[in-house]
Amino acid sequence: MNFEEHAAKPLLRAAGIATPRGCLARSGAEARAAAAELGVPVVVKAQVPAGKRGKAGGIRTADGAAAAGEAAEAILGMDIAGHRVESVLVEERAAIAAEYYAAVLNDPVSKGPLVMFSPEGGMDIEEVAVSKPGRVRRAPVDISRGLDADSARALLDGFGPELDDAAVAEVLVALYQAYRGNDAELLEINPLARLDDGRLVALDCKLVLDDSAIKRREALAGAGSPEPATELETRAQALDLKYIELDGDIGVIANGAGLTMTTMDVITDQGGKPANFLEIGGESYTKARPALELLLDNPRVKCLVVNFCGAFARTDVMTGGVLDAWEALSPDLPVFFSVHGTGATEARAMLLERLGMTPYPTMDEAIAAAVAAARAAGGAT
Amino acid sequence: MIVRGGERVLVQGITGRQGTFWTERMQAYGTRVVGGVSPKRAGIEHCGVPVFASAREAMGGIGFDVSVLFIPPLGVKAAAIDAIEAGGPRLVVLTEHVPVQDVMEVLAAARANGAAVAGPNTAGLVTPGECFVGFMPAFEADIFRPGRVGVVSRSGSLGTLVCLNLVQAGLGESAFVGIGGDPIIGTTTRDAVAALDADERTDAVVVVGEIGGAMEEDAAEYIRGMAKPVVAFIAGGASPPGKKMGHAGAIVMGDKGSYASKRRALEAVGVEVLDTPSGVGPAIGAALG
Repeated sequence: MNFEEHAAKPLLRAAGIATPRGCLARSGAEARAAAAELGVPVVVKAQVPAGKRGKAGGIRTADGAAAAGEAAEAILGMDIAGHRVESVLVEERAAIAAEYYAAVLNDPVSKGPLVMFSPEGGMDIEEVAVSKPGRVRRAPVDISRGLDADSARALLDGFGPELDDAAVAEVLVALYQAYRGNDAELLEINPLARLDDGRLVALDCKLVLDDSAIKRREALAGAGSPEPATELETRAQALDLKYIELDGDIGVIANGAGLTMTTMDVITDQGGKPANFLEIGGESYTKARPALELLLDNPRVKCLVVNFCGAFARTDVMTGGVLDAWEALSPDLPVFFSVHGTGATEARAMLLERLGMTPYPTMDEAIAAAVAAARAAGGAT
Repeated sequence: MIVRGGERVLVQGITGRQGTFWTERMQAYGTRVVGGVSPKRAGIEHCGVPVFASAREAMGGIGFDVSVLFIPPLGVKAAAIDAIEAGGPRLVVLTEHVPVQDVMEVLAAARANGAAVAGPNTAGLVTPGECFVGFMPAFEADIFRPGRVGVVSRSGSLGTLVCLNLVQAGLGESAFVGIGGDPIIGTTTRDAVAALDADERTDAVVVVGEIGGAMEEDAAEYIRGMAKPVVAFIAGGASPPGKKMGHAGAIVMGDKGSYASKRRALEAVGVEVLDTPSGVGPAIGAALG
């Protein structure tokens, strides 16, 4: 789960890392009041859970309350990377001497936390890593020991006297603790600014919360920004189903992430267009009925592929759920089955008895028939 | 990460609904389940085996070679570390949605104690005709049959389909190694391929990958030096970027984790990459002559 800057920065403050004074505003008037209250030159920043806000025109400076109000009015309502700007953060503008980059993230290569630091802050770190690879430091951390001040200091070694600094190392240690204490997938400060008066201040903050940890971080997750979802996707989330809406016309229901992706791949390979990703594997295998109801509410769907290959997910239970929904709703759509794995014998018997249908011997044949049906129904496929 | 018949299996969470259901199936197939763990029901007998309060007590009481965890997400860290600190050499973690920092702690403990972990979010391991650990349909004779092909898969359902295709092509499996769909897992694609390369029962290897991460690219570096033939199928070529496709690890960010990158890396080391899983059986058949 992603977070807007204003929702991420409190984690830094709680860890003892300074951030600029600021206030969230939802209108020009609120931004004017915030700037007047701060009484200093400000920065007005669009609050969306996406990067590159500056390039999109979502960050402006203002020297007084009136200018802050105007900046806010220009930014509010903008579309940045698919997000409508609903609020701005009005912050005191700092006198910056230097900008650094600092982050802690989950690293699949070392299978542990990774601390990153660069003296080249304020820019896209991926670009810095390409253009100046020697200016980006990465250090895997042994999670059973954590990050201590000496290791943090070692990460800064060789970047010159300006960074031979216990205070910067302290920020790294605090950042690591905030990452650990909040189940972050990524916690990033870019830029970490050294002000003219020597203080270190986090001017921006990016937080990604591990989705698997939301259940034990409910208070934090409440301040996060869920992915934008269509009406059907929202319904699916309420049912705890993994559903992603796509722009094709062949409805897909399968068990397991790998098999569902593969069903989409083979549909595409055969010249068809999948209408969705919907998997009912794992603990969701008992939810075939609501899953099918959801699919049928997508008006673009011209036919359905039901592709089950049961392991944990029992195909007899899933097929029973599909049949229950089918009998209740009597949809006027062609449906194509491929059923293998745990419970397949019972599932095939059920299909024959209740729908008079025998599944295709292979997934490829079921999909070929579905692509032909979508074409016959005048689909984009 | 291969489990053979006769190895002693401990089931953590044996008294739960899924733990019971799958323990009975494992036993019926021939898996040597020697005991279970359930802190609240220690001392009873369940599925015909003794139930212990902890893996540590089970190790003292009966010993085990592999522990399989039917444990809810937030309980996995404690249960896995219990098994690791008890001296358990191999763990199979089936649970999905384990917090990633918990996984990293488990893997650090495994490294410190010399244990190997499959998963989290794996469907398990199969040696056809001998045993299985986890929730794979090993007992379906049209899917799992003893043979000479080793299969590595991030996905249980897709791995099952590939095994079906192998059997339809007249082949069978030496071992199925489910490694799991999470972004950070114990046994990687490379680790599993290396285990199958070293396995004398295995003559050829199928890599069933998917978009996200860089494990297939990493495995390709190992495959470069292999004599056994390797074919692959990678799921997710038609998936949109920036979305988690069911598995937490199956996401393309920018050019990272893309289908094209994995296919390129595997083809560069001579791996035949199939467009559909139904091509796997014939391709392996041809490679084995």
